[in-house]
Amino acid sequence: MPELIAKPALEKKPLQVGGCQLQAVDLGPITSIALFPGQAKAADKALKPLGLAFPAPNAVTQKGSAMLVWTGREQAFLLGADAPDMAGVAAVTDQSGGWSALRLSGDKAADVLARYVPLDLRLGAFPVGRAVRAPLGHMSAVIMREADGFLILTFRSMARTTWHEVETAMRTIEARG
Amino acid sequence: MRVAGKGLIDRDKPVRFTFDGKAYQGFKGDTVASALLANGVKVVGRSFKYHRPRGVLTAGAQEPNALIEVLGATNQTPNVRATVQEVFEGLATRSQNRMGSLRFDLLAVNDLLSPFLSAGFYYKTFMWPRAFWEKLYEPIIRRAAGLGSLSGKADEGHYEKAFAFCDLLVVGGGPTGLMAALTAARAGADVILAEEDSRLGGSLLANGEEIGGMSGPDWVAQTLAELSSHTNVRIMTRTSIVGAYDGGVYGALERVALHKAPRPNLPRECFWRITAARTILAAGAMERAIAFPMNDRPGIMLASAVQAYLNRYGVVPGKRITVFANNDGARAVARQLIAAGIEVAAILDSRPDASAVDDCPVYLGAEVTDTRGRHGLRFISGRHAKGVFEIETDCLAVSGGWNPTVHLTCHMNGRPRWSEDIAAFVPSDGAVPGLVAAGAANGIFTTHGCLASGHEAAKSALGALGKVAPAMTMPRAEGLPYTITPLWEVEGKGRAWLDFANDVTTKDIKLAAQEGFRSVEHMKRYTTQGMAPDQGKNSNVGALAVLADATGRAIAQTGTTTFRPPYTPVSIAALGAGGRGMGFAPQRFMTSDQASRDRGAPMIEAGLWYRPSYFPKPGETTWAQSCDREVAMVRGSVGVADVSTLGKIDIQGRDAARFLDLVYTNTFSTLPVGRVRYGLMLREDGYVMDDGTTARLGDNHYLMTTTTAAAGLVMRHLDFIHQAQCANWDVRFISVTEAWAQFAVAGPKARALLNAVLDAPLTEFPFMACGTVQVGGVQARLFRISFSGEEGYEIAVPTRFGESLFRDLLAKAETMGGGPYGMEALNVMRVEKGFITHAEIHGRTTAFDIGMAKMIAAKKDCIGKAMAARPGLVGPERQQLVGLKLAIGTPPCSGAHLFTVGDKIGREESHGYITSFAHSDLMGACLALGFLKNGRARHGEMIRIVDHMRGLDLTGEVCDPVFHDKEGEKLRA
Repeated sequence: MPELIAKPALEKKPLQVGGCQLQAVDLGPITSIALFPGQAKAADKALKPLGLAFPAPNAVTQKGSAMLVWTGREQAFLLGADAPDMAGVAAVTDQSGGWSALRLSGDKAADVLARYVPLDLRLGAFPVGRAVRAPLGHMSAVIMREADGFLILTFRSMARTTWHEVETAMRTIEARG
Repeated sequence: MRVAGKGLIDRDKPVRFTFDGKAYQGFKGDTVASALLANGVKVVGRSFKYHRPRGVLTAGAQEPNALIEVLGATNQTPNVRATVQEVFEGLATRSQNRMGSLRFDLLAVNDLLSPFLSAGFYYKTFMWPRAFWEKLYEPIIRRAAGLGSLSGKADEGHYEKAFAFCDLLVVGGGPTGLMAALTAARAGADVILAEEDSRLGGSLLANGEEIGGMSGPDWVAQTLAELSSHTNVRIMTRTSIVGAYDGGVYGALERVALHKAPRPNLPRECFWRITAARTILAAGAMERAIAFPMNDRPGIMLASAVQAYLNRYGVVPGKRITVFANNDGARAVARQLIAAGIEVAAILDSRPDASAVDDCPVYLGAEVTDTRGRHGLRFISGRHAKGVFEIETDCLAVSGGWNPTVHLTCHMNGRPRWSEDIAAFVPSDGAVPGLVAAGAANGIFTTHGCLASGHEAAKSALGALGKVAPAMTMPRAEGLPYTITPLWEVEGKGRAWLDFANDVTTKDIKLAAQEGFRSVEHMKRYTTQGMAPDQGKNSNVGALAVLADATGRAIAQTGTTTFRPPYTPVSIAALGAGGRGMGFAPQRFMTSDQASRDRGAPMIEAGLWYRPSYFPKPGETTWAQSCDREVAMVRGSVGVADVSTLGKIDIQGRDAARFLDLVYTNTFSTLPVGRVRYGLMLREDGYVMDDGTTARLGDNHYLMTTTTAAAGLVMRHLDFIHQAQCANWDVRFISVTEAWAQFAVAGPKARALLNAVLDAPLTEFPFMACGTVQVGGVQARLFRISFSGEEGYEIAVPTRFGESLFRDLLAKAETMGGGPYGMEALNVMRVEKGFITHAEIHGRTTAFDIGMAKMIAAKKDCIGKAMAARPGLVGPERQQLVGLKLAIGTPPCSGAHLFTVGDKIGREESHGYITSFAHSDLMGACLALGFLKNGRARHGEMIRIVDHMRGLDLTGEVCDPVFHDKEGEKLRA
């Protein structure tokens, strides 16, 4: 019997350039939870053991290492925890491994993303605890604001392009001084 | 010539650069124009049409004459304004639009022909013979009448694009903009202050005025220091706001490194999209010239330019300077020149009632009537009340008044308003939502007025933002009123230029009026006035004043042409930043990518994905050899292919079945759990959109697959149908394409191979079954489907295990005489089976055309059903899917057209075309799929196949599109 070896979306060493750090992150299980019509209350009940409420649009709810990230109309991604049983309440879909996660941190992280993301990333408009679905260059991304930067999710197959784009912007910002 | 003690250049930092191959020295802070003037270079370019020697006219962004080429190692940038380009060590530039040297341009013969080269000359002259225009006249004219040249090579430079957001965008960093920014900064608003120059200050750097008891530059430095201390202020110098768009969005071009030697990773330019809640246009004003005879000689400059070169760059463009003006502003220039020890020959003031008191001769009611000096001004002739005069002078500083920089206010269809007071257009209020013009851009021409206007504009913007403006006292500044008596044109013998850049004279404007082009827009197009790189910044108002006069209308009635973005030229490279080469689109890699490359597989692009074309073995020299071997391998033992690129959509909910019945032509509500069904999907217009298989994983749970090409399209289609047609249904779906790696395992030994990797051997698993299996303890999904015609399975594991499973499958397959197969073999096998791809469902074919009309279920409705039944979409007149058998060894002929034997070969006689082609060892023939008019009724007919592109003329036999295993026995084995 073969033993299947799990591989991350990207095998890259953390990159430190121009006051920013970029690193690939293993988020563990990622589960899409899409509420069926009229199931908001039932969902909150089902999510209670995790200590999480279903997030409002563009919001993130968090408890310990578990996190529910708004990703679309009545849809959120559960990160860092296994999904509870939500049969009949929500369409639960395994997305683990389908996304590449990069953590971009540092003083100029917002400047780096401003090369690709057409949204207002000023702290006032996009504070810690917010999430957006946004284009990152030509790619579709989920972007979350963290205390020291951003967590960026793009399709696993595009992980190399994502890294390359972000690295290019980091080097550009560094060269600009 | 440099003037000691003057200017803001850094005299401790000499900089060497070249112009036309000759080395010159300037200082840090110089532009190419100021450095050339300091070196006594008068002629910097040749005019567009007449190839007349031209010198620097301005000291800023509106320069029409001093356009040069900047030569980089990997790029050559034409039409660079020498008044904007800063010098740096190693900068190489050259003049443009000349044949031979700049001083002796062979094309200057055009100047002698000028009586014939008036507006409309080309239109009238080169009408006949018609064919000559494209081949003969146009290339010659373009060679002679041109601007800079391109290298013909791709620009390898690094460019950048970026987004920015702010509460308040201040356009222009002169006194108005600085005061506006300062006010908003103190109020705590997020401010972006954009200045097209390399440093802040605008007129304060150049006009020699005192402000707040100190020099202009000192006050600017002090203000800059405060602004820089506010973290809520972003100062963007070398940044031109080039366009105003909806929603408070502004386009801006930043010259990031055009003033430096290239460095790795440093972009040359950055194209910004700035979104501002409020905007203050503080772009200042531009001085305009006067159209007097022979007013284009090198040495004739705008008065403000002479002033800027003196005060900012410490350069005087002549030894004996004359001033010619119709307003008070230019008097200060004369006084400052005199104070700096420069001889001012005279002041010519066109107003008879102006002051005659100054420290040099003053001619009132005076006009310049002629000039002399081909490569540099030597004499001017003039007239005034007391008669005519001649002055020896090598520089004439001209001021015809000032035009507020209204451009941005017109980018959303706003029209500027004519102000008689200042004889200029001023912005209309509210022309761009959220934008207010202030200071000189709004027609306020004193420094004192500008400061107050900038502050007021910021105050009202802050009010709109819900912030409170701090109380501020304005620094003391000059406030002498601006008085002007318009003077547009001086009558005389010679040509009087309006548009220097495009060589348009007053005579051309009058000719346009005379020939009926009386509308300002028609005049513009007839004469080309305002169509040069400066876009009429220097000539627009003057030209329409002359037109107004020629047509007997007021200027306000004549109106102005439309100012459109961009305000100043924007390089395409900046707009397309990041889009070169691999930056054009993201690359998508399968989990098996490295394993395929390790085996030497050439990767081909399929949409954004990279897929292996074939897997060469030692000794194979062509793709066809590898392909044929792989086909034989699959048909003989077992092959493995990564099919993860196909779209996978997980669909759940009580209405999932109902939803699928709506989007597919056939019925999925009847599909048992644990089974897979082929489905066909139509667009709303009834044409085929996509096909694929959908598995029922549970009562309320389906997994749809799409083609690779249409994965995104289908997802979007489903979203649209859901939101537009059945938003309340209990159905949710999400793409899981990226979450699962899926591999086709096909061939007579497919089951044996699977059993070698599965934790438990397969039991009963019929064709079109699906279920869950375990591989090394990992839960996998298994589907018994086939695209090859052999016994086939597709096994899917969570993506992170994809590479591992692929390598395991290959290792095991190879022990059974099997191995990987690529896209080429996959294509041959599907053609042998008559399976369609997007080569066949290319958007213009119907279910009827591909022989699947019966798949549109009669008992239910579906998207596209009614439209698919439209007259003309079904019937014998349609081109229908057929197979074609050709002789073995026939070259590929996809795209070839089909003709009835004996018919003429013509467009109207074409009965169809070939969509797919394969060389089939199995069938001992070359096979093709294609569409043939009434094709299903023509099986057995010999058809003529003509490929004009490849020069092929063949015959083939029309047959059923399924060549191999028509009954599908192998699939079900």
